Parts: sequence; structure tokens; C-alpha cells
Amino acid sequence: MTEFPSMESLVHGLVESGVAPAGIPMWMHQLLAMLIFGGIVVFGFVLPIAGITTWVERRVMGRIQSRIGPNRVGPLGFLQWLADGVKNMLKEDIVPTAADGPLFRAAPYVVITGFVASFAAIPFAGNLIIADLNVGILYITAVTALVVVGILMAGWASNNKWSLLGGIRSAAQIVSYEIPAGLSIFPVVLLAGTLSMQGIIRAQGAAPWTWYLFDNPFTFIAFFVLFVSSLAEGNRTPFDLPEAESELVAGFATEYSGMRNLLFFMAEWGNLYVIGAIATTLFLGGWQIPWALDDHPVLRNALQFGVFFTKSYAFVVLAIWLRWTLPRIRVDQMMEMCWKYLVPIALVNFLGTATWMVLFPQGLAPVRWLLLLAAVVAIAAFVRRVAFHIRYARLERRHLSFNPLATARSPG
Amino acid sequence: MMGFGTYLRNIKDAVATIADGMAVTASHMIRKPVTLEYPDRLPDGVRVQDTLPFRYRGMLEVDLEICTACLACERACPIDCIVIEAEKDKAAGGLVMTRFDIDMAKCMYCGLCSEPCPTGSIHHTPEFEGADYSLESLVRRFVKAPTLAYKPKKAGEDDPVIKPILDRGMRYLAEFADPDAK
Repeated sequence: MTEFPSMESLVHGLVESGVAPAGIPMWMHQLLAMLIFGGIVVFGFVLPIAGITTWVERRVMGRIQSRIGPNRVGPLGFLQWLADGVKNMLKEDIVPTAADGPLFRAAPYVVITGFVASFAAIPFAGNLIIADLNVGILYITAVTALVVVGILMAGWASNNKWSLLGGIRSAAQIVSYEIPAGLSIFPVVLLAGTLSMQGIIRAQGAAPWTWYLFDNPFTFIAFFVLFVSSLAEGNRTPFDLPEAESELVAGFATEYSGMRNLLFFMAEWGNLYVIGAIATTLFLGGWQIPWALDDHPVLRNALQFGVFFTKSYAFVVLAIWLRWTLPRIRVDQMMEMCWKYLVPIALVNFLGTATWMVLFPQGLAPVRWLLLLAAVVAIAAFVRRVAFHIRYARLERRHLSFNPLATARSPG
Repeated sequence: MMGFGTYLRNIKDAVATIADGMAVTASHMIRKPVTLEYPDRLPDGVRVQDTLPFRYRGMLEVDLEICTACLACERACPIDCIVIEAEKDKAAGGLVMTRFDIDMAKCMYCGLCSEPCPTGSIHHTPEFEGADYSLESLVRRFVKAPTLAYKPKKAGEDDPVIKPILDRGMRYLAEFADPDAK
């Protein structure tokens, strides 16, 4: 495989060709290059993706509730997220008198840092990654845990009971769900033998039966445990207890306005993509494409980016779809689900995968095919169920229509 | 203490009910939205007023052609927003109305005035766009010039102009008495 110039060699080349001034230590060039690339990723990808997801969420939620959703700003309302962003930036940034000022002001930045920093190790394509850390997945779980510090800071510094309750709930929730999430990452790490995000992806293939999702029954279950725990860590409905509009106003974000409020929500929506990217990397074969394309590195990376992005964004849509399907669970249910169900299951998965690797070091092809078949059958059953609900709605329509045009009287 | 069977059944129930819930929302996702984009993006030729029921309680309207000037509506109005002036005029051959005003700013859309009306002359319409810039312009004055009140005919109405108006009024009353009747 011809190696697409890595960032390091690119910087070396630039220095040698005299584009970059020599005489400065090499590590400073590298640092500058990393900052520039990081800036491009943050402002060119992370922030737009968080913004566009708000639009996607509102459109999908509208359709689920038989509404249209935002459709006035730009084609299909696509520019709504920009309008909302500008509006939020122009709003007054209020710091309550009784709040702990410095902590209150710093909290949103801690949250956004924890979220943006995870993109340093999230791959975009075979050669596109800011830093392919050899502890990649460990690094991501570590920095995303920074979010809880920010949320707890916000909850405490607001000097408001709702905020404090939201912050405490968030801390309890994120710390609890870190355990099943971590335990569900282990099986993949065992199989791949590496913590590096690129390494885990390279250990899988482009075809579904080479994904870790279908490697053995334990990884299959681990995938769902990881997805549920990630949703809880991202404070997404049905685990949005820290915000819980009906009981806590807006939880930890109650006292925030303008830009700082926007930062919290940017982290929340951006986190959806992080959840998807992690699940894609670990279980769905990442950016693997069926063709080598050794001679066309640019085309190859573009295709890989497309594949990775599509898979990751499918999870974003899935999370949105789940949010508008399920009601919020209670605090005790949230804890019960974590400690009584997800943690034991994740532990069994971990031990099961280890045993599986001892018994079948090469894996079992029939099991892979069987799991893939099971997934296809489950999806087919689901599609049949959707068709049933549509048919059911048609039968109802004869007696009762919710469409106002159906009851319109003909003029005259 | 929860048995292992219950434990497994809970997991199965969680998966099955979430999947079914998602099937319901997915079926909505691919259906056409029912939203009417009032007021500026309605389908051609559609007014929202036309989609409302026949007896929708919007702005009050009086069909002077069939008003008997019995003052039943004026007496029924709990907030006195209806003012009618009518005098006997031998030369004209009956009651002559000189004033029939409804103050829509006061009206609370209770529909009590249309109930006792013998001909269905006073009725609510599906029209609801009543916003205006002054209180005075919210007073609807139905009598432009002195008008002879309507007298019901024993043999039934045969005037081709008045008949459809009276039929409409009687339908309005009939649907009040029995909303399910066709």
C-alpha cells in the first residue's frame, strides 16, 4: 500500500523544501501543523456537524410527530442552525449575582473541551486522523469523562437547586455508565490486540461478516451495551435526567444564556457523532472499503471518509429516532438498568470473549454467518412491523383523519 | 429477590417494546405530515376557514333577511354585546330595525345568542381572522338602512332569495339540537 504522506512527513517535506522557515526546532513545526490541522477539523467539521445535527434532529422529530419542522431558513430550513447560532451569540450573557463567577464562566469551556478533544483520536479515513495514538480508545473515554467535570461545575456554580440536582444526576449517571461502556470496549481491544483506533479498524474488513459486531455472540451483545451506555453518557433521551425539562427546568444549563448555553448544546449534539464514530470504529469496520485503490490515495481517502461518515451519522439519526420514541426513565430505573443489567452483561461479554479467543483463536466462520443472518432477520422483522403500523393507520383513516384537508368543505 | 427467568424476561421485554415503539415512530416518519402552513403556504385554493366545522364558533354573523327582530339574542347575551333597536311601523307593515350592532371586542363566543334564535339568523361563522387596529372597528353594524323584520310564513318560505338563507339557518339550529344528524 503506498503510504499517503502522513502529517509528520508532510511537515518534514515542507521544512526541507524551504516553504517553512528553517532554524526553528522541528517539534515547533510539528506543533504548529497539529494546531492548524486541529483548527481545520474543529471549525470545518466538528462545529458544523454539531450545528447541522440540530437541524436534522428537528426535521426528524417533526416528521415523527407528523409535523414538518423548520423549513423557512434556506432550502428545507437547512440554514436554521446558522440562524440559531447567530441568535445565541447575540444574546446577553448573564451571570447570576449569587453564582460563583469564575467557575460559572469556565464550565461550558470544560464541557466543550472534553468533547472537542476526543476528535484528536477519532479517525476520518485511512490516512486522515489528527493523532493515531497507540492508546486511542482509552484516550477518548478519558477525555469524554471531562464533560462530567464541566457539568458538575456548571451545576454547582449556578447556585441554583435545579442546576445542582442536574449536575449531581449527571455525575452519578456518567460515572455509572462509564463502567459498562468501558467493559464493552474491552472485548474489541482483546480481539484487535491494540488500543489504537486505526489499529482496531485495520483488524476488521469491509465486508459485514468481518466486522467485530459479528465476530462472536459476546461482541454482538457488547455493541448494544456500548451504544446504550454511550447514550447515557451523552445525556441523551431516554437518559436526559440531568436536563429533565419537566422537573429541573434545564438542569445544569438552567442559569446559562447566550453563547455559553450554546456551547453546552453544541457538546451534546456533537457528542452524538462521537458516539457513532466510536461504535463504528469498534464494531462496524470503520472506514474499511472493499477496494485497495493503491494508486489513488486521494480517491481512497475520500471513499473511506464517506463510508466512515455514513456509518457514524446513521448512529446520530438512530439516537434522534430513539429520543423521540422513548420517554425519559426515572433516576432509580436509570441506576437499576446500569448496575443490574448493563454491568453484569458487559462483564459476561468481556469474560466470554476472552474464553472464546482461547477456544477458537481463528474465530468461527459459521457463527459469524449465523449472527449476520440473525441481524438481517431482525431488520426484516422490523420492516414488516413498520409496514404493519402503516397499514393499521390506513384502516383507521376511514373513520378518523387527522389531516385537516380531508375535512375541508368544497367551496360553494 | 428477582429470579433469573424474570431477569431474562425483563431484557426481552425491553428489547421488544423498544423495537415496537421505534416501528411506530418509523411509520410516522415516512408518512405525510398533516401540518397546514397557515397563513402563507396553504395549498392553492384552500382557506383554513373551509376546513373548520359548520358550527365552528368564529365571528358572529347576522342574516338580516331572516331576522325577526324578536330580541331573543339580545336578552340571551350574558355580556350585552348585542344591541338591537326595532320599532313598530304601521306603514311598513311590521317591525322596522334601525340598529343591530354586535361588539365583537366584548363577545366571548359562547354561542348563547344563536341558541334561542327562531330562524338561525344570528350564527357563528368559521371566520376567525378578526384582528383590527381599533376597538370601534370591532363593532359590527348590520343595519345599514332601516330594514323590515322578517315574518315567518305559515305555508313555508317560497321566495327564491330568502329560502336558501332560511334553510341554512334551520340547519344551523337542527345541528345544534342533534350534532350527529346528517
